[in-house]
Amino acid sequence: MSAEREIIVDYLARVEGEGAMYLKLRGDEVLDLKFKIFEPPRLFEAFLRGRRFSEAPDITARICGICPIAYQTSACNAMESAAGVQLTGGLRSLRRLIYCGEWIESHALHVFFLHAPDFLGYESAIAMASDFPEQVAMGLRLKKIGNSIMSLLGGREIHPINIRVGGFYRVPTKGELATLVPDLEWARDAAVATTRWVSGLPFPDFERDYEFVALHHPDEYAIHEGRIVSNRGLDIAVDEWTEHFEESQVSWSNALHARRKGGGSYHLGPMARYSLNSSLLTPTAREAATEAGLGASCTNPFRSIVVRAVEIVFACEEALRLIESYRSPSTPFLEVEPRDVTGHGVSEAPRGTLYHRYAVDSEGFITEAHIIPPTSQNQLSIEEDLRAYVPGRASLPDDQLQWQLEQAIRCYDPCISCATHFLDLTVVRD
Amino acid sequence: MTSPQPKLAVWKFASCDGCQLTLLDAEDHLMDVSGAVEIAYFPEATRGVIEGPYDLSLVEGSITTAQDAARIKEVRRLSDTVVTIGACATAGGIQALRNWGDVDEFLSIVYAHPEYIETLGTSTPISDHVDVDFELRGCPISKHQLLEVIDAFLHRRKPNIPGHSVCVECKLRGTNCVMVAQGTPCMGPITQAGCGAICPAYDRGCYGCFGPAESPNIDSLASWWGHLGISDGDLVRALRTFNAYAPEFREASEAYER
Repeated sequence: MSAEREIIVDYLARVEGEGAMYLKLRGDEVLDLKFKIFEPPRLFEAFLRGRRFSEAPDITARICGICPIAYQTSACNAMESAAGVQLTGGLRSLRRLIYCGEWIESHALHVFFLHAPDFLGYESAIAMASDFPEQVAMGLRLKKIGNSIMSLLGGREIHPINIRVGGFYRVPTKGELATLVPDLEWARDAAVATTRWVSGLPFPDFERDYEFVALHHPDEYAIHEGRIVSNRGLDIAVDEWTEHFEESQVSWSNALHARRKGGGSYHLGPMARYSLNSSLLTPTAREAATEAGLGASCTNPFRSIVVRAVEIVFACEEALRLIESYRSPSTPFLEVEPRDVTGHGVSEAPRGTLYHRYAVDSEGFITEAHIIPPTSQNQLSIEEDLRAYVPGRASLPDDQLQWQLEQAIRCYDPCISCATHFLDLTVVRD
Repeated sequence: MTSPQPKLAVWKFASCDGCQLTLLDAEDHLMDVSGAVEIAYFPEATRGVIEGPYDLSLVEGSITTAQDAARIKEVRRLSDTVVTIGACATAGGIQALRNWGDVDEFLSIVYAHPEYIETLGTSTPISDHVDVDFELRGCPISKHQLLEVIDAFLHRRKPNIPGHSVCVECKLRGTNCVMVAQGTPCMGPITQAGCGAICPAYDRGCYGCFGPAESPNIDSLASWWGHLGISDGDLVRALRTFNAYAPEFREASEAYER
């Protein structure tokens, strides 16, 4: 009988937040595996009670410094749907445009700084910079261009100040938006080059049969609006979320685990969006995907880096289209007054679907808040990936096995600050 | 052999990651910073770890667990200079709203099994637990101020971080006063500068991300807000956001709650 061994990662690096991993093995057999989130809970859902509905976007933005637009958008969507208001025209374009900025920024950070170093054997992008100076410089500039959209529209890139329920405090002129165009044209081409580069990285041979879940919109690659669909037949309105998904608590994680009701894990994020919506990508993004060898779907989580690069191409191209067709709205925001009602809001954070639900009383105060971040929803899928990855690779030395498992977790671009926060890996061999 | 470059460490406690992200968002300067210092510990950016002691530790986040209360003491012991960054680290952050509530009740709202969760009843700034050499305010911090602080500590000079109010920045920027001209309630007169007075430039009142300015006259602001028809309840909530537990905001919010 082979000996048991443990691999323990106490603090997972290059993720947002505090997570850990524990793995106990006997030979090729996984005896125990836990993906732990030990980020201290900040209890947003509790202290949102008693705040005005209009405060939700600014408060929930503080859940995550990496994807504040996702929080602000899901919160606005929830309050607007509660009041029966929908943004149209220029206001809708601006909401989508600032979200493109967040996708570009967050994906560039992940592709170049958090994920690529794993494939190339570096501990960080900074360590990688002397051997890959062009790529690191390109990643920094792409990230900066994503940030510049958020700064122009939102006032600043982290916790933007210009988003409110119903729209914006001030809307830009077409001329202001036009200043972004030259950089975005460069960024689109750089993202095509990035897709080409990352498609040539060495990927482990590893496929999984996921249930992919993402927003779907009939006319566009969904970001901030649509129905919730899956590749196994789910097709529901946003306000049906609780009928189809449930959360449970496990003792080893400060983030709640989500699963399909009566079912199992599901997978959110770029691979899910791509697999469900790739025919709706913009033309250059579709070409880049084809050239990179992506088919109609992608089921190797390590190749999510390629899908992220394709989504950067898309976000740049979509931003250019939105700027081109932009007409300044007549008013910066619509009046929204939810009263005695529950509202549901969803949007596609860079790392997957983010769900908010609020109950609001007769004076507009929040009486109940429920927020389900993408990383909580991906936890089960992450654990299943790790269990499936180990058999056949258990003979690797601990340090190599540990690094590969860390990399498998980083494929999800986990935002543990969102889910609560921390990655720390322990492998025990018995 | 000792490194010729000062060793930089970046630590995280309860927070959103946004303030440490500010360092990575300094895209034009990141490689200069990584050339001027040795990035010895920064888990958000690298899995490499260089053992302490560290010349400069940047600390993000507040203390909300017993483990973190012990860990910050270890960070202090390992660090020549400790600079706290952001509203969580300098004032307890938005999660300090638990300080006015019952944390057991809060836990039972969020979790089915509150007994699995270990947390303190309070969220407190780092300076409540250890000596801090400099506190950099903001939710999030300003990229320019962060670079100024790093540069100042590398050259052993005092950082040039003004304590005056956001009003000064509006004047410098040439922004009309939103409170006078539009009747929009604004916390600018009592809030420390540093953001560049962004909100008034976007037709919005300041909402206090940088915490109390030096000697804020909150009673005067409350009286002006009263003239604008803002209720005490709204004033209390405005004071109780990201810097709720900063002493001046805390005392005022408690006074107006009565």
